Amino acid sequence: MIRLPFVLVFAALLFSAGVYGVLARRNAVMVLMAIELMLNAVNVNLVAFGAALQQVGGQIFALFVIAVAAAEVGIGLAIVILLFRNRASINVDEVNLLRW
Amino acid sequence: MVAATTALAATGVTATGAIRYAWVIALLPFTAAVFTAAFGKRTPGKGAVYGILALAAGLVLALAVLWHFVTGGGPHGSSIDWFQIGPLHVEVGQYVDGLTAAMLVVVTSVSLAVHVYSLGYMHGDVRYTWFYVVLSLFTSAMLVVVIAGDLIMLLVGWEVMGVCSYLLIGHWFEEHENSSAAIKAFITTRIGDVPFMFGIFALIFATGFTTANIREIGDVIGGPDVSTAFVTVAALLLFGGAVGKSAQFPLHVWLPDAMAGPTPVSALIHAATMVAAGVYLVGRMFEVFVHADPWVLTFVATIAAITTLGAAFLAFVQDDIKRVLAYSTLSQLAYMVAGLSIGPDGVTAGFFHLFTHAFFKALLFLGAGSVIHAVHSNNMSDMGGLRKEMPVTFWTFLIGSAALAGIFPLAGFWSKDELLAGAWEHSQGLFWILLLTAVLTAFYMTRCVLLTFFGTYRGREHPHESPPVMTGPLVALAGATIVVGFLGAPQLGGVFGDWVFFEHPHEAAFVYWIAIVGTLAALAGLGIGYALYRERRERDPLMAFPRAWSVLQHRYYIDDLYMNGIVLPIRDRVSAAVNWTNQNILDGVVNGVAWVTRRLATFINWIDRTFVDGIVNAIGGFTGATGGLLRYLQSGNVQWYAVLLFVGVVALTIVFVRLA
Repeated sequence: MIRLPFVLVFAALLFSAGVYGVLARRNAVMVLMAIELMLNAVNVNLVAFGAALQQVGGQIFALFVIAVAAAEVGIGLAIVILLFRNRASINVDEVNLLRW
Repeated sequence: MVAATTALAATGVTATGAIRYAWVIALLPFTAAVFTAAFGKRTPGKGAVYGILALAAGLVLALAVLWHFVTGGGPHGSSIDWFQIGPLHVEVGQYVDGLTAAMLVVVTSVSLAVHVYSLGYMHGDVRYTWFYVVLSLFTSAMLVVVIAGDLIMLLVGWEVMGVCSYLLIGHWFEEHENSSAAIKAFITTRIGDVPFMFGIFALIFATGFTTANIREIGDVIGGPDVSTAFVTVAALLLFGGAVGKSAQFPLHVWLPDAMAGPTPVSALIHAATMVAAGVYLVGRMFEVFVHADPWVLTFVATIAAITTLGAAFLAFVQDDIKRVLAYSTLSQLAYMVAGLSIGPDGVTAGFFHLFTHAFFKALLFLGAGSVIHAVHSNNMSDMGGLRKEMPVTFWTFLIGSAALAGIFPLAGFWSKDELLAGAWEHSQGLFWILLLTAVLTAFYMTRCVLLTFFGTYRGREHPHESPPVMTGPLVALAGATIVVGFLGAPQLGGVFGDWVFFEHPHEAAFVYWIAIVGTLAALAGLGIGYALYRERRERDPLMAFPRAWSVLQHRYYIDDLYMNGIVLPIRDRVSAAVNWTNQNILDGVVNGVAWVTRRLATFINWIDRTFVDGIVNAIGGFTGATGGLLRYLQSGNVQWYAVLLFVGVVALTIVFVRLA
């Protein structure tokens, strides 16, 4: 039995890596992957707390998050494909239309 | 009114039948005027029918009222309170005696004739309906004057008549001459109205400011409480009104100019009714004249003598047929006033002459209108020889002229004879003046008839007899001219004196030598006229006296005197003063207002630009500057937004954790 704090620290590191990826990477696919990291860090937390508190809800919620994440990646990749078709690039720095 | 009637019945004055409703006679033409004004243009015949029907009904009623007196009835008065000022009760009501009844018949019958006649004369006129409105309104006003039992009510009718006269004289106001004649008539009669109003105030004052009722005023004046001097002043003031309305010297100048109006108007207003109002006023208020100093009546007689002679001479030199008749009217009105000036005995004679004169003068004017209608000119120099083309007009005009000249047995003979007889008894000077006037009258009427109907035609238009609607009234009035004289014929009992009298019924006197002298005077005038004008000459025979001719042509220079001595100086000074006021005061006010407005506007402009615009611009500028700074945050880089989002979440988390 792994003790809870180890798992939480692991999840926090994983989440931080995800945040770093989202904020720092320029490749849109990499950004999507970083989002997956963050979601999975949350999943780890949910499962860990579910196990620690002897409740099944955490695991069920993790399953939902996985399903939503799958959908999110589907849409995200579709956006990236369209982006590539229009710009011949997937560098997020070049996608700066959301401004004044 | 019921109460008043009952009260009068209690004092012995009983009213029977139509006389109680005599006021309806005055109301009828007024209603007709209102109807004509409201529906006239939509009525077939453009509304003339209302006035004609109203006056036909009025004539029937007037004859019924007269019948009351023929059968020996007494006078009748009834009234209701109109308004009250302090102790003064002003009434609206009627007082009908024999004089009123005779006047009612005259006014309604002449007005009816004129209304019918105008169907033809005014046919196709631009303001045809309007003409009938004013004609009916005028008749109504005259009837109010005749019937009024209260001086204030009489004044109302008197003034409405003045206005209608103004409107009718200026009916064809497009020509400047006509509108100035209308203004002249209005202003001249107004000059007389001022003393008249003061006379009314004086009489009301004499009653202790309690009533304006004519009968009650008569009683007060006859009583012991009022001094003779006061009554004398009141009489002179009242006579001032009569002088204006009846066109006596020195306010006679408006009447000849008033011939600018349509001829039916001349017949109605300037022959038969309105000018008679002044004479009627003197008769109605005779109590005042009787109780005034005797010299008042002498003064009245003098004015009458001047007017009757002066106007008769003026008629000699006129070329305008209507002006001949106008001066004749002046002369004859003065004849009536002269009759009244004799005193109580002359009232019947004066009013008998008014009664007969109304018929034959209306006839003469309408006849002249018929001629003017045919030859399209007022001037006798454009006429001549019309007796063949216009037989009906000729014969009726001849009857009217003979009546005016005083030829037996026409109406004028009887009334003129009464006047001469009365004058002989009281003042022989007046008698000789009236007799001389009779000669002059016959002379100028002969001249007028010869120049118009005899000789050869000198005009350009082809003359034709007038339509039946015009000759009909002529024939009717000619019939009346023949008949009405016998009402006062002494041989037939002189019934007129039983209706119209002052204090006691008048016994008609018939002095044969006066009748013969009067007839001889008329024949003399006729003979001289015939001798002079039998053959048409290029120069008027009277031009043999160039100086007299010139004076008469200039109307004794009285009009010039008024114009240059009174009107122009006043007008110039008034207009100069008005101009000065306009230039300095009115313009000053306008310019001052403009200056203040400009200053105020400049100030408001400054406030608007500085403060209001300043606030608006400051808000805008601040917003712009803030936005300019904030927009650097909006880089469009989504990851940068995400960084801020995380920072925010972390910051909020720290805050909430700290707070918790």
